[in-house]
Amino acid sequence: MTEQNEIILAIETSCDETAAAVVKGGTELLSNVVATQMDIHQKFGGVVPEVASRHHIEQMTAVLEQAMDEADVTFDDIDAVAVTQGPGLVGALLVGVNAAKAIAYAHDLPLIGVHHIAGHIYANRLEQPFEFPLLSLVVSGGHTELIYMNDHGDYQLIGETRDDAAGEAYDKVAKALELPYPGGPQIDQLAQSGKDTYQFPRSYLEEGSYDFSFSGLKTAVINKLHQKRQKNEPIDRENVAASFQASVIDVLVNKTYEAALEHNVKQLIVAGGVSANQSLRARLQEKFEGSGIELCIPPLYLCTDNAAMIGAAASIQYHQSDFAGLDLNANPGLMMD
Amino acid sequence: MNVLAIDTSNQPMSVAVLKEGVLAAELTINMKRNHSIQVMPAVDYVMNQADLKPKDLQLVAIAEGPGSYTGLRIGMSSAKSLAWSLDIPIVAISSLKVLAAQVTDQDKLIAPFFDARRGNVYAGLYERTTTGIETIQSDRNVAMTDWLEVLKETNRDVIITSSTNHQFTDEIYDILGQNVRLIDPVLQYPKASMLAYLAMSEESISVHALAPQYHRMVEAEAKWLEKQKER
Ligand SMILES: [Zn+2]
Repeated sequence: MTEQNEIILAIETSCDETAAAVVKGGTELLSNVVATQMDIHQKFGGVVPEVASRHHIEQMTAVLEQAMDEADVTFDDIDAVAVTQGPGLVGALLVGVNAAKAIAYAHDLPLIGVHHIAGHIYANRLEQPFEFPLLSLVVSGGHTELIYMNDHGDYQLIGETRDDAAGEAYDKVAKALELPYPGGPQIDQLAQSGKDTYQFPRSYLEEGSYDFSFSGLKTAVINKLHQKRQKNEPIDRENVAASFQASVIDVLVNKTYEAALEHNVKQLIVAGGVSANQSLRARLQEKFEGSGIELCIPPLYLCTDNAAMIGAAASIQYHQSDFAGLDLNANPGLMMD
Repeated sequence: MNVLAIDTSNQPMSVAVLKEGVLAAELTINMKRNHSIQVMPAVDYVMNQADLKPKDLQLVAIAEGPGSYTGLRIGMSSAKSLAWSLDIPIVAISSLKVLAAQVTDQDKLIAPFFDARRGNVYAGLYERTTTGIETIQSDRNVAMTDWLEVLKETNRDVIITSSTNHQFTDEIYDILGQNVRLIDPVLQYPKASMLAYLAMSEESISVHALAPQYHRMVEAEAKWLEKQKER
């Protein structure tokens, strides 16, 4: 009954991007529209949830229309509507979830609730086929997770952050260095011309654990900056950035590599906004070179939040008839079963 | 005209459908429930009762606020997406105006309000004339004590109505005395059927531009503007 090359209209509003996309067969991108609110939140030094929600409701239908127009499809062509159900900001998620439900109802289409992280992983499937087993490192402002997959739609969480997400640590350290929001790309850029002179701690946690912890590192950096300011010593921002980044990347790369070897995976998929980080990309390439494990990092526009990735992940659920009812709700703390 | 109306502005949720301009089905729930879970199943229910399919609809009516920010967005996102994807017009009407329209008295001012916490209310002033419900003072976010003074200065008889729980009863009688009447409880809950009827005689607006009427700036934005002024 279900189409082989189904066309899915997908929606993503979990944080500060209002996004809609049309995806065919889980692998082919017909359109991918993202209305970012980056400039709006910049003046507040971070995402203000209520502001984000207000912008989502103003953008949603226009973004949807653009996605349909660019894909050159009508509702007669659409086989299902997919939406990020969680995790994320609840007020922001609610705009997308209720839009998706209304459209599914209006056109009698199946509705698919998608986990945001599943989306990040499946962004890669728009670039190349998956080969199982695979490992995915998801790094963003809200996430640092290692997920093992034996098959499509089968997610096993083998490691996650116990405190701050990697991207969150970047933003906080950037703030301490008085860099504008969002701080991640700024630190990455500064670090390119600095050296690891401070030797901040690397937090590997207990033997055999694939969990992460970045709050100790963040505190070490902030304390160091505080000391220097009190003693009126000059702060070499390039070196602070390089030292902080070296610690984060050492831990991310080493743990990911060990997990990939232990689980004998064929592919390592890197996902989430932090995968845009130049140093992380370079170090992963170095480490996985000659390992026999294929390193997959999608282009930047698929790394940051978008709806195409939600449509790609939804394709798997579509073929499993994993549909939601009209009582689907936003779930800000949604777990990956 | 077949009209679907949705109001999720406050705790009461109401959805209704008019078939050929006449009320066919209405559902109102006044429980502390989750509008996001309930609104589309409620729409589905009233549409089924009316024997209508989504493509039979000709107009969507939405209560635009004021009210709970989240509640407003749940209704608005559903209504906008329905109207846009069915390619039919949408009409947005003040949630306070809907309450006012449920009062039938013609010779008195009608003052609906919602509790906005910390002594504040969302309030507006309306009057029923031979042609319909007229707005006398536009909706606003205001301290209740200030609002009651505004009402007092009109020197008119006022009917007060509110669908949200509040502790202002004594204050209302203290300030407005003999000139005020609180509405019968049975008329104080928003009915989406009233929203639908009002919508039929109002002009539709562009669906994309439509946003809730919050009547209050986000605190972070207010603070940011304040800071800009200081510079
Ligand atoms: Zn994300």
